[in-house]
Amino acid sequence: MSELDLLYTDVEDDLRSSVRALLADRCEAPAVTAMYDGDRSIVAGLWKALAADLGLAGLLVPEEHGGAGASAREAAVVLEELGRSAAPVPFLTSSVIATTLLLETGGTLLSGLAAGERTAALAVPLSAGPYDALSTTVRADADGRLTGTVTSVAGALEADVLLVPVRVGEGISVHAVPASEAAVTPVVSLDMTRQLADLAFDGAPGDPVLTDAEPAVRRALLTGAALLASEQAGLAQWCLHATVSYLKERKQFGRVVGGFQALKHRLADLFTDVESAGAAARYAAAALAAADPEAELAAAVAQSYCGDLAVRAAEEAVQLHGGIGMTWEHPAHLYLKRAKADQIALGTPGSHRTRLAALADLPFAP
Amino acid sequence: MSDETTVREVLRQRVADFLAAHDPATTERLAFLRARYDAGLAWVFFPEGHGGLGLARDLQPEVDLLFARAGAPGNNVRGNGIGLGMAAPTILAFGTEEQKKRFLRPLWTGEEIWCQLFSEPGAGSDLAGLATRAVRDGDSWVVDGQKVWTSHAHNARFAILVARTNPDVPKHQGLTYFLCDMTDPGVEVRPLRQITGEAEFNEVFLTGVRIPDAHRLGAEGDGWRVANATLNNERVAIGGGSGTRSGGMIGVVSRTWREHPERRTPELHDRLVKLWVEAEVARVTGQRLRQKLRLGQPGPEGSAMKLTFARLNQQLSGLEVELLGEDGLRYSDWTMVRPDGVDFTGRDAGYRYLRAKGNSIEGGTSEILRNIVAERVLGLPPEHRVDKHVPWKELDK
Repeated sequence: MSELDLLYTDVEDDLRSSVRALLADRCEAPAVTAMYDGDRSIVAGLWKALAADLGLAGLLVPEEHGGAGASAREAAVVLEELGRSAAPVPFLTSSVIATTLLLETGGTLLSGLAAGERTAALAVPLSAGPYDALSTTVRADADGRLTGTVTSVAGALEADVLLVPVRVGEGISVHAVPASEAAVTPVVSLDMTRQLADLAFDGAPGDPVLTDAEPAVRRALLTGAALLASEQAGLAQWCLHATVSYLKERKQFGRVVGGFQALKHRLADLFTDVESAGAAARYAAAALAAADPEAELAAAVAQSYCGDLAVRAAEEAVQLHGGIGMTWEHPAHLYLKRAKADQIALGTPGSHRTRLAALADLPFAP
Repeated sequence: MSDETTVREVLRQRVADFLAAHDPATTERLAFLRARYDAGLAWVFFPEGHGGLGLARDLQPEVDLLFARAGAPGNNVRGNGIGLGMAAPTILAFGTEEQKKRFLRPLWTGEEIWCQLFSEPGAGSDLAGLATRAVRDGDSWVVDGQKVWTSHAHNARFAILVARTNPDVPKHQGLTYFLCDMTDPGVEVRPLRQITGEAEFNEVFLTGVRIPDAHRLGAEGDGWRVANATLNNERVAIGGGSGTRSGGMIGVVSRTWREHPERRTPELHDRLVKLWVEAEVARVTGQRLRQKLRLGQPGPEGSAMKLTFARLNQQLSGLEVELLGEDGLRYSDWTMVRPDGVDFTGRDAGYRYLRAKGNSIEGGTSEILRNIVAERVLGLPPEHRVDKHVPWKELDK
């Protein structure tokens, strides 16, 4: 009964330091806020620095395919840091979800992703969860040309290749389509740091990369959900720490407002739950990395908990910052919008709880 | 990683060798427990010579499991929670070699039960304001005062006691920590009945109790620091959780849910699964805290665990009563009894619901714990205090 290690190794701490340093340098809040006014200029350079220069794009890819051969534990550390900065990069969509989907295929696309030379997105709505029925509205004709639409896809704007689930008879295949062959329409999104796009295919050419792909798609979505919890935990940590720091400075009634018990107790409760979210997210990542039989349960627990907690942390950050927290200038809103969108992404907390009721043997029906 | 694996394997072998040499089926209970202590397999994170092997704290659950599977006798964990969870780590941290030798072994084996003489009628959350006096008289101290909320006092042999040895200095500076013999003729224990109907707690009256100076733990005047070590351990002991998914209140309520399909409603199901998630997250958080602690002493972070534990226990036990519907209206027994130990998940749903109300009061109220987290973990400013720098005897009491 060797239990999962929920702490961080020296290697993981080093990885965190490099990511954090790079984000401190290249991902400043004003440039992220500018995305809401249509200026996406921060994305390309930041993503190249993370994906290729730091080599993060290939974390989950085995060494024989040009990756780092790391595990979900390391990817989770990266996501904690990305959450802490509300960083607008397609790490989750390309380097976690799309990469997980392609792991079994090998091939040049996978090694291209690993090198950070290419970026991919799974063409499903961001809200699609690992237990939902896969909606496949895209059809392939006899020549393998795709027609149909997919709405609200995350990571498509940054992708040069789209991985499109297509219904074939009873099963599902995944076709790789060059993004240039699809109509990619940006959506004005609640979270512009992970801006969505609507996709339309009209006889687009594509390569079938996976057949009987439903289990692989579900596995990719589950991996995404499990690791999204680390982004949510990192985001919540930022909200807590920013709020505590501010309340140590801000004075009203002749005293630092962080000394008022009504606020201290709220922050103590938030700290307690943010710590819990960190543990739940870490457990999900460690279970995934160890291919533990409880990995699915751990992912559902982490999503059930961290999705709501991140929203609460961001909402508390806005409220406890008072007037400044409501301003465009203060970064709190970046975290609120990311947290609220993350809550719906990859299955709502409620959908994960529904799955858990079965996994934990707490059925509703007799 | 591989070092840790090796340590685990060596430890497993040690347990196997011990069990081979001391067959639980044929060895007398106390002899078995004493031998286990002497072999360093009692609490492996304690030092060698004191029942341990100086190993990491998180190795202990597996050792306990191996002994339990072999049918080894237990050391009365339920009846001696104060001794094992609070007195022992404090004695280990602050005791002299002689004190450790004298007290730890019979404590662990359960031969000597311990209780905690901290709270007083006038000093609950404000523990440092306590009024029980200890006055030096030659080689001993004479203690007078009244303590309350004392679990196990009616069958305890020893107590950890905090008393005021200097009323002329501010309250935190005038306290000293003692190990008190509960068989002293000046100790009177009276049952204190609780909302459950039973008297798990007691009032303890101390009248001219003589404590040898050799039973002082830590320096004179250093009692507050020593007491905080106890309290931090207490919060981990209460809030650290059972470590298993089927243990604790969530296990009890989940079983009730499975046994009563006729009572299920969507609303109850929704609440149950939410609480199940929170209990599982608390379990994992406790696991991570234990991994962080390893050999170290718990700090104020344990207060966060205890906050969660109290809230979950109360919500879960309340849910169970509702789930039971008509049966939830019945109560097992209001008769005044004095139980041998503390059992948060014992008896029936009504009892569990009422007993859980104490979880946010004992071991630090949830309000005090939030202050601790806010001030000592998050570094927020302390409350405005009128009592901190005034000699204790001048305080408005």
